[in-house]
Amino acid sequence: MPYIKCLYCRECGREYPVSPEHVCEFCFGPLEVGYDYEAIKKVISKDKIQNGPLSIWRYEDLLPVARDAGIDMGTGFTPLVKADNLGKILGLNNLYIKNDSTNPTFSFKDRVVSVATNKALEFGFDTLACASTGNLAGSVSAHGAKAKMDTKVFFPSDLEQGKILGAAIYGATLVAVDGTYDEVNRLCSELADNHKWAFVNVNMRPFYSEGSKTLGYEVAEQLGWRAPDRCIVPAASGSLFTKIWKGLNEFHDLGLLESVNTIMDLAQPEGCSPIVDAFDQDTYHVKPVRPDTIAKSLAIGNPADGFYALKTIAETKGNAVRVPEPEVAECMKLLAETEGIFTETAGGVVISALRSLAKRGIISTDEVVVAFVTGNGLKTLEVIEDAADPVFTDPDYKSFQAALDVWNKRNL
Amino acid sequence: MPIKRVKFTYEQEMIKEPIISILSKDFDLVTNIRRADVREDMGWVVLEIEGEENEIQRALDWVSTKEVRVDPISGDVVEG
Ligand SMILES: Cc1ncc(COP(=O)(O)O)c(C=O)c1O
Ligand SMILES: [Zn+2]
Repeated sequence: MPYIKCLYCRECGREYPVSPEHVCEFCFGPLEVGYDYEAIKKVISKDKIQNGPLSIWRYEDLLPVARDAGIDMGTGFTPLVKADNLGKILGLNNLYIKNDSTNPTFSFKDRVVSVATNKALEFGFDTLACASTGNLAGSVSAHGAKAKMDTKVFFPSDLEQGKILGAAIYGATLVAVDGTYDEVNRLCSELADNHKWAFVNVNMRPFYSEGSKTLGYEVAEQLGWRAPDRCIVPAASGSLFTKIWKGLNEFHDLGLLESVNTIMDLAQPEGCSPIVDAFDQDTYHVKPVRPDTIAKSLAIGNPADGFYALKTIAETKGNAVRVPEPEVAECMKLLAETEGIFTETAGGVVISALRSLAKRGIISTDEVVVAFVTGNGLKTLEVIEDAADPVFTDPDYKSFQAALDVWNKRNL
Repeated sequence: MPIKRVKFTYEQEMIKEPIISILSKDFDLVTNIRRADVREDMGWVVLEIEGEENEIQRALDWVSTKEVRVDPISGDVVEG
């Protein structure tokens, strides 16, 4: 059961009752969920977690809402795969891929949305909404359908077809906004102020973002109750990145992990890298940019959690890696060809960052490294359109042999 | 009287200009700074502006011409 105590301001620490609010009245800082950790400590144990459901709800004691408060889509407990083939190429003996593209709507967003939806139901909302760079739209649409809520998803109109259809199928109202994600975001902020809608990433944000902690919990549990030496995580707003770190630390504070010495590395594409820019300039001031990247899921030019992400990088002596645009699709192929995992562009960004860190000798050979693959490749087919190069043949034995010879010559 | 919460993000050159004091002098507005972080190279200020809706809009339009980025506070949002 949840042990949520209050909301508190991340900047000034003021406490607030649990409600669908996300901004501190006094300093306008972002609100965060506060828990009764003393009570949690008394009930939580490795055994209890291991006997729980094979989903994020096995960590219900550390989430701001109960599984029974709403719906359960079976989100989470996704595979942690030992990536020996890719590891060999990169010279890494203990490389793992956290494959979160296997969630109900094929991205890690189901973690945050599962939590936000149940909290919205608990608060009595009947409309579920979001501002999305793509994956969130699909997840909110599916959860809204299952929860029988009225659902409205807002996204930039230049979104990939796979993501638009991947939201439309659930029957939500789609709103394609002629603008960037940051403009979509502004519109939704205004709407959230004037409508009684649960915008998962606006007024529900403090609860929503807690869902990402489960990625940290799962990885630690799947590694046999140990924290990885290094995490490599894609960033848009920077929320996921900071919450994985928070999850590992909560486990440690509760005595479930002996130590946490994880290095947190953040990855962004060249066409939208405001957090990496700030890191390179050695400042905590994130300067907003206008995104222009094929990794549309990461196209947030004004990242709300950029500051906190930079703090996490500094605290863990991590790195921020800017990935050249052409390497995104290339590394999607690299992961698919070595590990049989087909990720979307955000995963391409992570694998490219991983490769760069390995090549530069920043990762040592025996480190336990986890690369977070957060979305499925079928959603961004357009970026790998040139990947298919079939052997064209007539339907007979001879033709095939001849065509294969030609193909082999061309591909050697 | 309507109140609007906004965040101004400044580039280096702008920091010398007293944008916020101009807001309360040249416009019929009351400003209230809640949080700020101004460095040599860059800065931001989170503030509340109180006044008639038209006057607030006129002021924010003017601020935008100063190459100061204006974001509504509830726009401080995570995503995806
Ligand atoms: C597939 C994928 N990975 C990573 C992210 C980054 O998430 P965050 O905004 O929490 O940094 C997103 C979200 O936008 C996403 O869709
Ligand atoms: Zn505060």
